[in-house]
Amino acid sequence: MARYDSLLDACGGTPLVGLPRLSPTAPEGAPPVRLWAKLEDRNPTGSIKDRAALFMVRAAEEAGQLRPGDTILEPTSGNTGISLAMVAKLRGYRLVCVMPENVSTERVQLLRMYGAEIIFSPAAGGSNQAVATAKQIAAEHPDWVMLYQYGNEANARAHYETTGPELLHDLPTITHFVAGLGTTGTLMGTGRYLREKVEGVQVVAAEPRYGELVYGLRNIDEGYVPELYDATVLSRRFSVGTRDAVLRTRQLVEVEGIFAGFSTGAILHAALAVAHEAVRAGRRADVAFVVADGGWKYLSTGAYGGTLADAEEALDGQLWA
Amino acid sequence: MAIEVRIPTILRSYTGGAKVVEGAGDTLGELLTDLDSRHGGLKGRLVTEAGALHRFVNVYVNDEDVRFLGALDAKLNDGDSITILPAVAGGAFGFAAAAAIGSHKLSTVVESGHPVPDVAR
Repeated sequence: MARYDSLLDACGGTPLVGLPRLSPTAPEGAPPVRLWAKLEDRNPTGSIKDRAALFMVRAAEEAGQLRPGDTILEPTSGNTGISLAMVAKLRGYRLVCVMPENVSTERVQLLRMYGAEIIFSPAAGGSNQAVATAKQIAAEHPDWVMLYQYGNEANARAHYETTGPELLHDLPTITHFVAGLGTTGTLMGTGRYLREKVEGVQVVAAEPRYGELVYGLRNIDEGYVPELYDATVLSRRFSVGTRDAVLRTRQLVEVEGIFAGFSTGAILHAALAVAHEAVRAGRRADVAFVVADGGWKYLSTGAYGGTLADAEEALDGQLWA
Repeated sequence: MAIEVRIPTILRSYTGGAKVVEGAGDTLGELLTDLDSRHGGLKGRLVTEAGALHRFVNVYVNDEDVRFLGALDAKLNDGDSITILPAVAGGAFGFAAAAAIGSHKLSTVVESGHPVPDVAR
């Protein structure tokens, strides 16, 4: 189907495309190992977050928590804010985003274009502080609705009800699902669905590992794990550094013509790891991974050109996923 | 050959400031005990009194989360590379990253006329 009543109806239903050139070659006579990319950049605002935003808003509407004209509050520095801004505009809500005062100008511009208002939170204090700040603002504005993507079951449910079934429909022989670990919604929802339907399916997480500057301020006693996270849904979890993420992002566009953001490079890195393991073990594998967004918002980093070392330096301290 | 262990900034007070230390052990638990013999107190920051990995600590063996490899019982080999990192919110990671980059800034920027509570200090 290619005709929709509105943009919101065009959310999801993204293509799953094979990667014949990046898939590892199994030896003669051995079962095939294939990589498949789920092109989530084909969603209305260009990222996988459209699914979660739409489901969270609908859930709040159905629960009677959101009425036309209401204000939605969300701490976000990335794609979720852009997705929510679009959904809020079309459904008649005001969106206020809380974000760190030093995020990239592309994101701020995009959010404003979609009509969001922005409250910049103090840079000091890290993620817990940003969430706490948003919670405090919410307490001061009890009529504002905070969807809170890290703990909102509708975030994971979006993937249980759409991403998972789409993957199984398009790839009934799926053996591995690989996605990025952020709010954990994609992996929890899709992972639960696939585990129920596909015996032995492997659910693999790829999380970005930034430069150590990022971790420098983190106190181990003040860590934060999203409420949605349930480790029993995952089979494995990889930490992918900046250099590997950049290398794979470039490989994806050079070899297969898919222009993606750096979080997708991290996901591809983990997908290739499990694909090559399958080849070594002589096992058949259909590895589906998520292309979370396109590369447009990250062009200004300069990390798509030059040497890998240059790119790593350009991204040092940048929010590439 | 030994096992290389990358220490996060927050724990380098236990390693005399060293970013990378070396240790030995057949399992992660043994490695941490070995490290603790030279860097006293380190193990106590990573392992709870009940003998489990601290909830907000992530340990990776060759870039893979050790919780999916047997946690403290995970088997190690010479030449393995271990990375220890504090757990942070994935999606909220952006905030942590931005905070690290802009840690010199303490001012609160307010737009849209909404006051931001100054709870960071």
